[in-house]
Amino acid sequence: MQVESFLELSARQWPDKIALVCGDRRVTYAELEQTANRLAHALMAEGVGRGDRVAVHLENSVEAVVAVMAILKAGAVFMMVNPTTKAEKLAYVLNNSRARAIVVPARKMPVLETCWAETPHLKLVILTQSADATKQRASPPAKRPDHNPLRQDGCVYLEELLQRHADDTQPPQKRAIDIDLAALIYTSGSTGNPKGVMLTHLNMVAAATSITTYLENTPDDVILNVLPLSFDYGLYQVLMGLKIGGTVVLERSFAYPRVVLQRLLEEKVTGFPLVPTMSAILLQMDLRKYDFPHLRYVTNTGAALPTEHIVRLRRLFPKVKVYSMYGLTECKRVSYLPPDQIDARPGSVGKGMPNEEVYLVDDDGRRLGPGVVGQLVVRGSNVMKGYWELPEETDRVLKPGLLSGEKVLYTGDLFRTDEEGYLYFVGRRDDIIKSRGEKVSPKEVENVLYAHPEIAEAAVVGVPDEIFGQAVKAVVSRKNGSRLTEQDVLRHCAGRLEDFMVPQSVEFRAVLPKTSNGKIDKRGLIGGASV
Amino acid sequence: MNHIASSLRQFIRENFLFGQDLALADHESLLELGIVDSTGVLELVTFIEDRYRITVEDEELVPDNLDSIDNLVRFIGAKCQYSPVLNKEMRHAV
Repeated sequence: MQVESFLELSARQWPDKIALVCGDRRVTYAELEQTANRLAHALMAEGVGRGDRVAVHLENSVEAVVAVMAILKAGAVFMMVNPTTKAEKLAYVLNNSRARAIVVPARKMPVLETCWAETPHLKLVILTQSADATKQRASPPAKRPDHNPLRQDGCVYLEELLQRHADDTQPPQKRAIDIDLAALIYTSGSTGNPKGVMLTHLNMVAAATSITTYLENTPDDVILNVLPLSFDYGLYQVLMGLKIGGTVVLERSFAYPRVVLQRLLEEKVTGFPLVPTMSAILLQMDLRKYDFPHLRYVTNTGAALPTEHIVRLRRLFPKVKVYSMYGLTECKRVSYLPPDQIDARPGSVGKGMPNEEVYLVDDDGRRLGPGVVGQLVVRGSNVMKGYWELPEETDRVLKPGLLSGEKVLYTGDLFRTDEEGYLYFVGRRDDIIKSRGEKVSPKEVENVLYAHPEIAEAAVVGVPDEIFGQAVKAVVSRKNGSRLTEQDVLRHCAGRLEDFMVPQSVEFRAVLPKTSNGKIDKRGLIGGASV
Repeated sequence: MNHIASSLRQFIRENFLFGQDLALADHESLLELGIVDSTGVLELVTFIEDRYRITVEDEELVPDNLDSIDNLVRFIGAKCQYSPVLNKEMRHAV
């Protein structure tokens, strides 16, 4: 079974059913399948081969879903890149993966042009029109500035490719098998450089199957997703929607919660995935006049939901099942708390999901019993293949398991269990910050800060925040004579980091506190006088 | 450009772009261009409430009122119509 089969099978069974609602567009399964097939044929005709990486740098849109499915149908590997990723990191990711092609909105062309010269493997740029573009093209894509003849005509509009392959509505011959890679998902690591998590078709099908099993999804489900598809939690809403033959309502953001709630009502939504930041915003609103008769479940992951939120969410949606979950990109999802347990154990993220085994170990890898804090280990078909071209980092997290030859995932997260085996999150073994449900590597932000010519020292820490869960805070010391302001620092960061990584605040200090071995003492940064 | 539009531009420039120049047409979507996100919208609302002494009701938190300079100017104008404090600024509008 391969990931694109989710769409193919559902399209065969329910061709006229609405698969996707996006803005005022409603796309049936047959339309989605045929469009994806046309693009798959186009990709293959343009030289995209089995196993080639293709980046998708789009907002939540019909085109993003078509692109993902087409890439898989062509036997290639898709890579979602956050729409707010800046040029430097985009170049890093494209080069690290040696992506052969990218799908981007036409208005992003200037950004792409800045990393043009540094991405020799990129042969094909597919441009989508921005939502407000008229049928008239604003301007043709610029030629590449280099003199490589292969790369001169590498820019083409998506629409044009689809027209060229208007008759290729049947799926291409399958080239990949289920242990081939389906996706590379870049995730923040403690080293600062993002790592590509290699997920096979088998990994993704296994995860989607387990999750849709415990959510008890049916073809009648309508899932509303506001999370970016570059976030695996958002991506899986689409994959699972297609798998179950349901309908996915894709929104671009949660910036206007009332609009999203209105959509929830209009589209008779049954499933609504949340991150704690969204529930914090919802709980600040007066929702008494709303009633969501169709809503069957809400889910939370990305970071632990405070118990207080759970209690209030339960009051807000008394008839709705609330699933508290935990996971990491390396295996997609680890655990879920059965909704009937949420009132009894609001602090728990439950147990391993179906077709998966989880346990805690001490520092020597010995299995631990209830009540003792240890590292969580995951065993299952959902566990990634490894980090892209990082064998040492891979060996650090994928270690020998129970059966000879098998590898299990050491999550780096500390947990304890109660007598019945329910999991309680205790903390992380590294200093990764969870802000708005997404992982922020302090090192990655610090690297950007150190690139500023007037910054002498920098440290990034997570501070508790009502809305963000953790807010990203930068503590910096200026070089002699510098008059750098907070705004200067933030502007520097905003030009180089994804939105969710940009610090919420900057504190200036004369010097940063150090530990006895000379490293910046992050614990010492909490408190202490600023200058 | 009227006074409301220019003070909105200044606010957006200082708070969302950290002083960077703003390439934004009055009709363009702030959300679409990645200028605001969910917390950005709340900051924008706090700003216009303070600056124009209006109260933005929950129901009014929609893109039609807030998602472009044009929409904001129209929305603030309508809210200010009956407010003496705001009329002063409105009179300066061209």
